[in-house]
Parts: sequence; C-alpha cells; structure tokens
Amino acid sequence: MEAGRKTDTIAAIATAVSSSGIGIVRVSGSEAISVVDRIFQSKKEGKSLQKVHSHTIHYGVIKDGETILDEVLVMVMRGPHSYTGEDTVEIDCHGGVWIMKRILETVIRSGAVPAEPGEFTKRAFLNGRLDLSQAEAVIDIISAKNDYAVKSSLNQLKGSVSAKVKEFREIILYQMAYIESALDDPEHISLDGYGDVLKKDLDPLVNEMDKLVRSSDNGKMVSEGIRTVILGKPNAGKSTLMNVLVGEERAIVTDVAGTTRDVLEEQIRFGDVFLNLIDTAGIRDTNDIVEQIGVSRAREAAKNADLIFYVVDGACSLDENDYEIIEMIRDKRTVVLLNKTDLEMTIDEEYLKASIGHPVLSISARDEKGIGQLEKLVSHMFFEGKIGFNDEVVITNIRHKTSLENALKSIRMVINGIENKVSEDFLTIDLMDAYVSLGLIIGESVEDDLVNEIFGKFCMGK
Amino acid sequence: MPCLEENYDIVVVGAGHAGCEAALACARLGLNTIVFTVSIDSIALMPCNPNIGGSSKGHLVRELDALGGEMGKNIDKTFIQSKMLNESKGPAVHSLRAQADKQSYSREMRITLENTDHLTVRQAEVSEILTEDGEIRGVKTSSGAIYYASAVVLATGTYLRARCIYGDVSNPTGPNGLQAANYLTDSLKVNGIEMFRFKTGTPARVDKRSIDFSKMEEQFGDEKIVPFSFSTDPDSIQKEQVSCWLTYTNEKTHQIIRENLDRSPLFSGVIEGTGPRYCPSIEDKVVKFPEKERHQVFIEPEGLYTNEMYLSGMSSSLPEDVQYQMYRTVKGLENVKIVRNAYAIEYDCINSRQLKPTLEFKAVKGLFSGGQFNGSSGYEEAAVQGFMAGVNAAMKLLGRDAVVLDRSQAYIGVLIDDLVTKENHEPYRMMTSRAEYRLLLRQDNADLRLSRIGHEIGLVSDETFKKIQEKEYAIEEEIRRVEKTTVGANQRVQNFLERHGSTELKTGVTLAELIRRPELNYFMLAEIDDDRPRISRDVAEQVDISIKYEGYLKRQKQQVVQFKKLESKKLDVDFDYNVVGSLRKEAVQKLNLYKPVSIGQASRISGVSPADISVLLVYLEQMRRNK
Repeated sequence: MEAGRKTDTIAAIATAVSSSGIGIVRVSGSEAISVVDRIFQSKKEGKSLQKVHSHTIHYGVIKDGETILDEVLVMVMRGPHSYTGEDTVEIDCHGGVWIMKRILETVIRSGAVPAEPGEFTKRAFLNGRLDLSQAEAVIDIISAKNDYAVKSSLNQLKGSVSAKVKEFREIILYQMAYIESALDDPEHISLDGYGDVLKKDLDPLVNEMDKLVRSSDNGKMVSEGIRTVILGKPNAGKSTLMNVLVGEERAIVTDVAGTTRDVLEEQIRFGDVFLNLIDTAGIRDTNDIVEQIGVSRAREAAKNADLIFYVVDGACSLDENDYEIIEMIRDKRTVVLLNKTDLEMTIDEEYLKASIGHPVLSISARDEKGIGQLEKLVSHMFFEGKIGFNDEVVITNIRHKTSLENALKSIRMVINGIENKVSEDFLTIDLMDAYVSLGLIIGESVEDDLVNEIFGKFCMGK
Repeated sequence: MPCLEENYDIVVVGAGHAGCEAALACARLGLNTIVFTVSIDSIALMPCNPNIGGSSKGHLVRELDALGGEMGKNIDKTFIQSKMLNESKGPAVHSLRAQADKQSYSREMRITLENTDHLTVRQAEVSEILTEDGEIRGVKTSSGAIYYASAVVLATGTYLRARCIYGDVSNPTGPNGLQAANYLTDSLKVNGIEMFRFKTGTPARVDKRSIDFSKMEEQFGDEKIVPFSFSTDPDSIQKEQVSCWLTYTNEKTHQIIRENLDRSPLFSGVIEGTGPRYCPSIEDKVVKFPEKERHQVFIEPEGLYTNEMYLSGMSSSLPEDVQYQMYRTVKGLENVKIVRNAYAIEYDCINSRQLKPTLEFKAVKGLFSGGQFNGSSGYEEAAVQGFMAGVNAAMKLLGRDAVVLDRSQAYIGVLIDDLVTKENHEPYRMMTSRAEYRLLLRQDNADLRLSRIGHEIGLVSDETFKKIQEKEYAIEEEIRRVEKTTVGANQRVQNFLERHGSTELKTGVTLAELIRRPELNYFMLAEIDDDRPRISRDVAEQVDISIKYEGYLKRQKQQVVQFKKLESKKLDVDFDYNVVGSLRKEAVQKLNLYKPVSIGQASRISGVSPADISVLLVYLEQMRRNK
C-alpha cells in the first residue's frame, strides 16, 4: 500500500524477463530523475540527467559504487508527458536477466521502491494518461498481477525462508508486547535495565537476518527458474529422473541452510535455462489419507507449473491414472517422457504422440539415456518463447529482499537506540517498522497482533 | 390517556461520564437540551476504580479538555492524589493519573450540570426511541411521557438489561444496585440496531479500619502536582494528598481461587457476556497465568469522607464466602471486612460498526451514541465519545460541518476510528500502543493540537485560544533562537560538559545540538545559555521535546502526510460495492458492511487488501471522469 512508503518513486523491470538480452528498467515518480542520476555516468563528462531536456536519450554506464554494471541508454521523460504521467526514466540495458536485476537493485538502493503489481498502469490511469475505456482493463491487470504476486509470495516462497521470517517476527512481536505492556501498566511491569535484555535478543537476530539477506542473493527467496513439475503415476520413474537431473548439476544447486522441507524442490541449470524442479507424489486413486494429501499437492503443483515433465512407465500399459493425468495436462506446456527404454516397452512412442498432442521423448532414467535430447528440447522451447516464467517473480524477489533489508535496518536502529540509552517507547517504533517489513514478505499485515500479544502473554491490569 | 409531551433540540439518555459531556457540549452551544438519568444522585458516578487518567487515558482527558470538555476541570477540583506515570520514559508515554474523591467528583459534576443554561436534568427511564422514516423524532419514558427532539444521544453505559453477578447470586440491576434500563434494547432492535452483550467486573470495597497498613508499601502522590486541565492554575491545586497502598496475593490466595473455580459464574457458564482481557478478574489471572506466584493489589481510598477502600487488581465474581476467604489471605487484609461485594456486571451494548465516525448511527439519522454503550470501557473513553457525539449532534442541528478527528490528530480519533472500523469483541480500552503516531499525540501538547478545533466548535473561549496561540508563538521563537545560537568551546562550557559526562567540544556548536545529546536537555543548558529569555515551564518543555526528538518526530510527520493522502479520498457511504468488478468477494462483503467514509478507512478494514484498495482507486477515478 502507498501509506508507509518513504517515497512515491517506483521501479521495476518493464520488459519480459527472458534470455533475449535486451531489457528496460523503468523508474517513475517525483524523484525518478535524481534517483537514476545518482547511479548513471554519462559518456560526456559532467552531464547531469537533472538538467537534460525531456524526451532525450543519453548514453553511458550504470554504476553500483565503483563497479560498472552495464552500458546503457537512458531515456528521460518528464511528467505529464510520459506513460505514467510522472517523471519517468527508462534504462535500456543489454546484459541479460542477471544484470537487469542488479541494475534494478541499484536503482532501489538509490532511493526508489519496488513497484507493486500493476502499479505503473494504475498510475497511468489515475494520472489521466489512459482512456476511461481502459479502466476495466486496468482493474483486471492489477487484480491479475496481484493474484500472481500473492501466489508467488505464499506458494513459491521457500519454506525455509518463510519459517525464518515468521521466527523473526515472533521475537520482535514478543519484545514489543513486553515493552508496551510495561508502558501501559508501569506499576505492574518494570522496564528497569530492559535495554540489555532486549539487546541480547536482538544481536543474534541481526546475525540471522543478515545471513538471510546475503543468501537471498544466490539462494533466492522465491524460486526464479521455470517452474517444472515432474508428474506421473506411482513407480513411473519420477524420482529417478529427479535424481538424474539434480545429480548432474548438484554443484550449482543453491539453497538456504537447513531446508529439509525443500527436498522435493530444487533449482538446477539445465543447459542454458534454469529449472525450478518439483518432484511430486505419484498420482493415483487412493484411500490412504497421507497419500491423498500428496496427490492433491501434486495436482496443485501441476496447476501452477510453467512446464510439466510427464513421466510414463513404458513397460506397462496406460491405465485410468494416466488418463487422469493426460486430462490434467491438456492445456499445459508439457514434455512426455516415455521412460524405461531399458525394459521391454509395451507403449509405442508414435501412438502416444498422436493421442496426447505433446512432444514425446523416449528415455531411460535409470541408464540416464535421452537426457541430452530433453535438454535440447527444453532449451529450444525456451528460446522459441514457448515456455517462460512469470516476470512478477523477479520483482517479487527484489521486493522481498528490500523488505528484509529494511527490517534489518530497523533492528539495527533499535540496537543503536539501546546503546544511546533511548527510552523504550522509541525503540518500539523501529521494532514495529521491522515487524511490518517482514510481514510484507510472507503476506501478513499487522492488524491487532500487538494488542493480542500483550493480552496473551502478559498479565495486565487492575 | 393524556400524557406528557415536551419539545427539545437534543435529548441525552444517561448522565454518566459520556452523557454529562454530551449534555454540556450541546447546552453550551446554545441548544435546548435535556439529559435523562435513572437516578439524579448517580450523575457522573464512578462505579468502579476511584481514579481518572492513567496510561493513554490521561491523554484522552487532556485532549477532551483542550476541546472544551469538562472531565479535566472536574477531576482537578476533586482529586485527592496525583501522579505522573512513566516520567522516566519518553514524553509520549507520560501519563497523568489522579485518585478522585468519588462523592465530590459526582457532586461537582452535578453542580456544573444544574447550573448550565439551556440544560434540563430529568430523572426518568427512557424506554423507547421514536423514529419516522429512518429519522429520529424523540424518546419515550417508561411513564409514557414523550420528549420530541431533532437529535438523540444515547449514553446508557452499563445499564441496558444489566445484571450483577457473584457466585450464584444474580441481581437484575445496574452498578451499585441502581435500577437497570430493561426496555430500550427492544426498541433499538426494532429499529434494526444490532446488539452485543459485554461484561466487566469490579473488586470488593472494604473497611479501612480492618486493614493492617503496616504490612503494606505506601504509595505517595507526586510532590509537584500537575493539573489535568490546561486552564487550571497549577499553584491553585498544590495540596496535601492521601496515600494508596501496595500488597500482593500469594500461593494461598491462588489455591483458594482454584479450589472454588466451579462456583465462579464465569467458569460455570452463568455469565454469557464477553469480558475485557486487559482488566481480568483475579480468578482469570490465576487461571491464565498459573506460573505467576503473586499478583499486585493496590488499596485505594474511595474518598476523603469514607472508610471504603478499593482493592485494585482483585475484581471477582466468586461467591461471597470465597471472596472473604481469598481476600483474607492477602498480607495486611487478614481481618478485612467487606463493605460491598465484588461482582461482575453484564449489559447490552451495540456493535459499534453501525456508527459513522461522527458517532451517528448509519441506520437512524439524528441518533448518536457514546460511551460504554458503544462497546468501550473506562470513564475517560466514555467521556470523549460522549463529547464527540454531543458535538456532532449539535453541529447537525446547527447545519454546520461534522467534527471528526483522525488518527493523526488525537487519541480520540484513534479510539473512535477503531470502534467504527475494527471488529470489536470485548470492551475497548485505549492504549498508547494503539496510536501509531503517538510521538505527535502527547498529553503535553494536547492544547496545541486541539484548541483550534475546540475554538471553532465554540467550546473554547477566545481568551483561552489566544493564550494558546501565544504559547505556540513563544515555542517557535525559542526553537529558532536555540537552533541558531552557538556556544564556543570555552572553559566554562567544557567544564559544564565534563560535569554532565558529555564529550568536550572541539569547535563551537548550536544549543540545539547540545540538547540532542542524550545526557543533556534544554533545562540543564540554562547555565551556559546567557541570553535565554524568560519563558514558562510548559513552553520550555515543548522546546526541549521538539529539539531532542526531532528525528523521530520528523519521521512520524512524514508518515502522517502519507496517511492524510488516503484519508482525504472520500467514499460515498451509500455506495454498493457489488458493482465494482474485480474486488475480491471478502472485500465486497466487508466494505458493504462497514461503508467506510474514505479510502484510508477502507484500507484499515480487516479483509480489505492493498490490491482491493488499488482497484477502488481506479474505480473512483473512473466514476469521477464519467461525471
């Protein structure tokens, strides 16, 4: 939401995030020009973007401190003559996804905030730059983008990350509640010497948060690869395939420490593309309750997938479970893997191709045969633009990282306050800021958390 | 059958803390006002704790005073002990609390009411509200008399279908055995108003002569007494104060409570109402916090002319015999004699969601309400709502703009916004942590924040307002001077700094910079500040706070700017949110239920997401352009 933000200047990657190489980072708001000016160095000595004419293009580099990130073209458009109606700067860069993200992060450090889903469009409309007839479309974009952002926040946020964030929040909430109940009822609860107690709790918290910030660079809080779900009936060879795919690239599988929960989800590089690989329980009709949960999770994963590897047991005929899966993947981008060529096959590849309408590859996961072809096929599909992943993920990641960094900053201010012997009622202000920032990551607002914690944990009153 | 009929501008139902403020505000604004009470002797009664103020409640009283309310003046006349709480903490959480002489408090308020022009005080039970086409017409009493009015303010406190309970005794009365109001609820329901049932409780009152104070810790008042009202001269109220006393419950007390829980109406299910979590009965505390070995008990006098003492911290609804056993385990209370039993009280109140921020009912035009009837708790919370309800009823009749304080202006604004915007499942109590801009909403600057509004309403005199403007000017002047006056790194200054454990200067600095050092403040600097003008202490205090906490204050002010942006985007309260496509179902339901007055209020409704707000903004813009 807009309230509570420190600036009205927003930034995001404006082009589809793909391997195509060229992309635009867009910045909009009253400080857009000065934000970019701080990190832009023109080829022409001493040129300042603040002084250039509207609708002009400038050649130079974007720097993060002393490091040159990329050669860029920067287009400056002053409001109201821009898409959003506000001062807008577009940075054309060509360093690929990774560089674009670095540039966006640098823009944010320079003073912008990550845009909310659909925010550019919303501003364009609110500032009268879009036609009234487009209002419905604008509303749809906001809803759709937001739905996705919420989904990626909640579904794709790594379990380990969300567990950590929740843990941080619990610690912060408890401390706030303690201080507030003492302020509310000073004759029952004392704050004498509480600064030291608080610091003892916050020092390790800072370490933990710092670790998470740093790991968010490579570990990613939200998985950014193509969400690839391995689907099939039990014993079709899904896990073997998973192991083969992951095993080859084990060295680059990145993750945050202590992520036993994520065993079913791994990020791998598969040739030229990143896959966010998800193994699932075999789909079949079952009365076993635990197994049912696994099956419904598999269905859910399939629904949210960018790409599906459907593993068919080539050594036994298609059964009703297979037909259910085929129905499920009808509209999904899918590669059918006819597995177990090492055994005697009962299903014919050509027959399968004709009846399913997705590409079919014969493989043997056990003997690691056919994996090379699969890699080529997936790369091909990606560069043809047949598969991709939702761009919102990238901005979601940056949003999360910014929130985490903000929370860390707030906690450091609390510690600084304790060292300066600031009264506890000031400390809770920064504690609350940290609590709010962390909440943004896991999609939770504050509501009556504090009051509930006060009453729940501390014995108050007359 | 002939019956009595009279005409007034405004009817106020109830003469507790809310009713008194409502009635006074309306009458003082020149409107012909009548206030009803079930007993003239119970005007401004304090049926529970014998004090006014305390954390965040002290803020409310100060704010009310700045707007032109009565509570602050009344407690200044009748207090018997005064204390500023949290003095060692930041200025935002300093809170004034005064013990009252209950009888004097009640008597003084009655004198004020009885001597206010345009105000009629009447003893009668109001049993019906009269409406026509969704608009208020007046009220009817249980004797059949009809009082016509253009606005009605309901401030029935805890009297609606009240029931007082301890053990298996259940009396159908209001507090202190006063007559309950048993009919009004039905009339409200007929008019489509949704009712809740809340409960609260009070401890026993005991005979001072039966207490052994030598076993307790004495609690004194402050040496220098600070008045509540900005118009009370501090010198005029310095007086001898009475003490309160501190003692503790112990394992034996808790054991007796645990053994008798089955006889408590709270746990046996006799009581259905929802109680407040912040002021739990002693049996609640023992059950909820079994690890606590003792709980504090404050023994507070009920007044100067009575031996009754209030046992703060030990409210209960256990049976009489258990009360005796339990109280007598407490150190110093071994031989205590009870004068009045502890009891729980259940009463009807409304779901406050039905009110607009003006405290007018959405469903019945001209019907306003305030106080515990709205689901709040506490004398101070009641008083400020009564005042705002009264003022807005008056504004409506006078054809003037409504007065709504927002969350960045006053605790009163926070309180009312919470009541009308959030789900309220227990008697609502003010707390400083509920005010997100509390650094700005201090009790020390309530006059600077609100007197202008009080003056515009017409309840703050020109003279008072002028004084406050002068104060404001003096503060600004002195801040400017302190910010540009430099002191050099001379020997006198270095000595001063050394004495106060502060780092010595390398070059000259401004006085303001020195004030910002944690170990120094404005007052200490007098010694090295030769050109300091003669200014009053409260001006100096404001200067000190403004400079010392400048960084934090600035941050909150920036947040307020953002907050105001959303508050200023108004919504139509009759709008049907079903017509906005793309709003989530839950959001549509909640928005239709609450009918917020602004985008800001909408964003605070639980179940309305930031994306819903974006959709609403776009929709509003679409509507605006369509016009």
